[in-house]
Amino acid sequence: MKEAKIITRDLTLHYGQKMALNSINIQIPEKEVTAFIGPSGCGKSTFLRCLNRMNDLIPSVKIKGEIVIDGLNIYQKKIDVVNLRKKIGMVFQKSNPFAKSIFENIAYGPRINGHNNMHKLKEIVETSLKNAAIWDEVKDRLHDSALGLSGGQQQRLCIARTLAVEPEIILMDEPASALDPISTGKIEELIFELKKKYTIVIVTHNMQQAARVSDYTAFFYLGELIEHGKTRKIFTTPDIKQTEEYITGRFG
Amino acid sequence: MNSDQAKPAYIFTAESLRKKFRFSEFFAEKLITSVAFLSIAVIILIFFFVFRESLPAFKHRLKATTEESRASAGNKPENYGSSEPATSEKKPETYKGEEKGTTEKKPETYTGAEPTAAKKPETYTGAEPTAANKPETYGAVKDTSVSADEVNPDESLRPSEKAENQGSLISLFGIEWFPVSENPRYGLIPLFIGTFKVTMIAILFAAPISILAALFSSSFAPPWLREWIKPAIELLAGFPSVVIGFFALMVMATFLQNMFGYVTRLNSFVGGIAMALASIPVIFTITEDALTAIPATYKEASLALGASKWQTAVFVTLPAATPGIFAAVLLGVGRVFGETMIALMATGNAALSGLNPFESVRTLAATIGAEMAEVVFGDMHYGILFLIGSLLFIFNFSINAIAEFYIKGKLVRKIQGR
Amino acid sequence: MRLKNKIIGGAITVSSALSVILIIAVIVIILVVTIIGGKDKLSWEFLTSFPREGMMEGGIFPAIYGTALLVIIMSIAAVPFGAITAIYLSEYAHEKSWLAQTIRFAVRTLATVPSIIFGLFGLGFFIQFVGAGMDNWFLGGQLKWAQPNILWASLTMALLTLPVVIVSVEEAIRTVPRELREASLALGATKWQTIWKVVIPGSISGIMTGTILAVSRGAGEVAPILFTGAAYSLATLPTSLSDQFMNLGYHIYVMSTQSSNVDQTLPIQFATTLVLLMLTFTLNLTAVLIRSRLRRRVK
Repeated sequence: MKEAKIITRDLTLHYGQKMALNSINIQIPEKEVTAFIGPSGCGKSTFLRCLNRMNDLIPSVKIKGEIVIDGLNIYQKKIDVVNLRKKIGMVFQKSNPFAKSIFENIAYGPRINGHNNMHKLKEIVETSLKNAAIWDEVKDRLHDSALGLSGGQQQRLCIARTLAVEPEIILMDEPASALDPISTGKIEELIFELKKKYTIVIVTHNMQQAARVSDYTAFFYLGELIEHGKTRKIFTTPDIKQTEEYITGRFG
Repeated sequence: MNSDQAKPAYIFTAESLRKKFRFSEFFAEKLITSVAFLSIAVIILIFFFVFRESLPAFKHRLKATTEESRASAGNKPENYGSSEPATSEKKPETYKGEEKGTTEKKPETYTGAEPTAAKKPETYTGAEPTAANKPETYGAVKDTSVSADEVNPDESLRPSEKAENQGSLISLFGIEWFPVSENPRYGLIPLFIGTFKVTMIAILFAAPISILAALFSSSFAPPWLREWIKPAIELLAGFPSVVIGFFALMVMATFLQNMFGYVTRLNSFVGGIAMALASIPVIFTITEDALTAIPATYKEASLALGASKWQTAVFVTLPAATPGIFAAVLLGVGRVFGETMIALMATGNAALSGLNPFESVRTLAATIGAEMAEVVFGDMHYGILFLIGSLLFIFNFSINAIAEFYIKGKLVRKIQGR
Repeated sequence: MRLKNKIIGGAITVSSALSVILIIAVIVIILVVTIIGGKDKLSWEFLTSFPREGMMEGGIFPAIYGTALLVIIMSIAAVPFGAITAIYLSEYAHEKSWLAQTIRFAVRTLATVPSIIFGLFGLGFFIQFVGAGMDNWFLGGQLKWAQPNILWASLTMALLTLPVVIVSVEEAIRTVPRELREASLALGATKWQTIWKVVIPGSISGIMTGTILAVSRGAGEVAPILFTGAAYSLATLPTSLSDQFMNLGYHIYVMSTQSSNVDQTLPIQFATTLVLLMLTFTLNLTAVLIRSRLRRRVK
């Protein structure tokens, strides 16, 4: 296993009285793709949203335990969540471009970071779009509304938008669940490219997808981490019976 | 471990992620939060200031008991004399004439009142010095008006008054409202009766019609029709009350008089119907929402048992929505109770205490609207008008609180009927 | 039994339909009567000239001008405050905190306070307290602000229309999808940056509807300005905030109830009513249309 980028220690999360995550301990390696699988409601998305402290937005959420990234506990009091999120990008289940032009969508992140030099912005936009493998499709209509793109294009645009902020980690919450097979294929190819530079954590419902794109797989069930290991091993010879049952499609 | 990982590596450091103080963020949040307090502040300020301005009504009477009437009363009667006589002297007579008289008298009645209106700007000018110097003259004005109110035949008129101390309270419960006569009487009873009459009439018309209409829109109308009915009726809420008042005054009053043949052209009946128009959108919208909020499963269960559409609507939907409908009617009452312009224009404005719906009446709100422009700032009459305002406010506040209890949330949009 | 049921059912259905028809008929009648009564007098000249011969002749330009000025000043005060309150309620406040609940209750109460109470408040607070205070402190007791004028009338009206703005804007803010806020925050934007760059642009149409509804309300209300600044007849247009002003609704009220020649000026009254009604009607219709488009977009 490569060096761990993210380590969680006894991460427990409550929604009000209800426990959603129970003492999660996991090590997520750097510059690899880690997939979270499990039936819906098992806590995998909730856990993903802990990694960039998105759950802070929900008032009833209480979190105990630690998430350590590069040796730093990001749940310390003195951590600046805004800067943290710049380092940890997130791609959502439903593509959510702003009602602005393609260019402005990508430039949004750099602009809030204080980049206002138009020349520099153009450069960032171009690189990001190229890295997200969508440049060729949109280079002639950068100033059209992003809402005019197809679903798959919108999702890749959202990935490009994330890349423009230069994160180290990219969290993807079922990024292809609403897309057709061709668009899904493109996203998966893209993920494959991106892992050369970024640590990627992807939540997916689709086990074939997990098997195709990920290097490591973690199986969640009822708020607990059941098993975590190399994808090949999880999908062929899991240690735990529940994992096997889930993977062979006996439940979930 | 590949080689390019050896380089700078740890970007997640306590240093780079140390919590930052962002001034604009802090400022925005504090500013927004404090602005949000404005609504609360306004409610409190309204209560405070409307009540504060009504204090003269109490002080005058109390002072009169402790201090002997001062001789400084001199300028007060003059003040009254210069700005009021036209109204004060004529009003009672005019109204009496109106009671007996025929419809044709109405325009003349207004002619009688006209000098006041024409003078309004001047009246203000006349009152300005008082207003401006208020802090200093406050006391003086009080004293003078006290003597004006108290020395004069107030007591002789009402020998039943035992102690002067109770004078204020008792006279507020009097049955005569003659605020600007030689010996002013501030009995609120006729105003309450008038308001009550108009409100009853308005609600008796508005509530059944709006509830039936809401029932039609929610239970009987096909969806496409419903999409039209709602906004159309809500447009009625957008009609300024002065327009409804004008319509009632010029068109409805004559029409209704010809139809029912009563004597006084403008009366609580006309005013009530006009106000029903103002409260229909309020009652309709809230009732409609209450009816549509009933879960479809209720209705389906009833329909499945073989009940017809109307049986379901009347025996299932309507009872289930009772709290909402109750709140709707309450808010309709609140709307009518505080309505000023329609009352001013269509009820005849005579402070009579009879229960006949075809008599002219004067409502609480209309009294404020009609007389505030003519009073001397800070005197008894002024204070009483503000006292009426406080009562209106408290009443409305309670109605709102009760209605709130029945339909939590979503209320405001409905009130505006939009 | 069957027959009886049918009769009752029919009666209920018919009477409820008749109620709807009755209400709509009243709306139509008011519109038609006003149009018929006012259309002969209505002309470009009527809209743009001053009244003449003691209101017996001429137009209503000062009243239109005064009403426009009133709603402009009112909007300048009410729209930012209303929008900011809406932002607080939807973005900053915790839904169940007592503070948010109290503010909501205050807004709802404010929406039901009778308009005449706002008039009293304007008189008691703005004129007698703030105005008198300003005169005492800045002008050494000279009378300038402690009397009815367009500023106080507009501010009074702004308080009255505040809930209208708050409700419209909040409704629009709630149509901005949560996903967009999350996208912005996940990119490292602060809360305020997210509000400024995503939430507010997304609710522009709501701010517009709120403003339109507030303007329509402010143009039509008379009770709050009865004694805070409206005047029956002025020879000149208001030029400063401390001037009194003429107003369409007030004009109708005074001409129809307090003038010496109600019958002769009847056409003028109807035409004035027509102008006011058309103004508010058009504004409301616009707001309804914008809003229904907005709702469809959400679906």
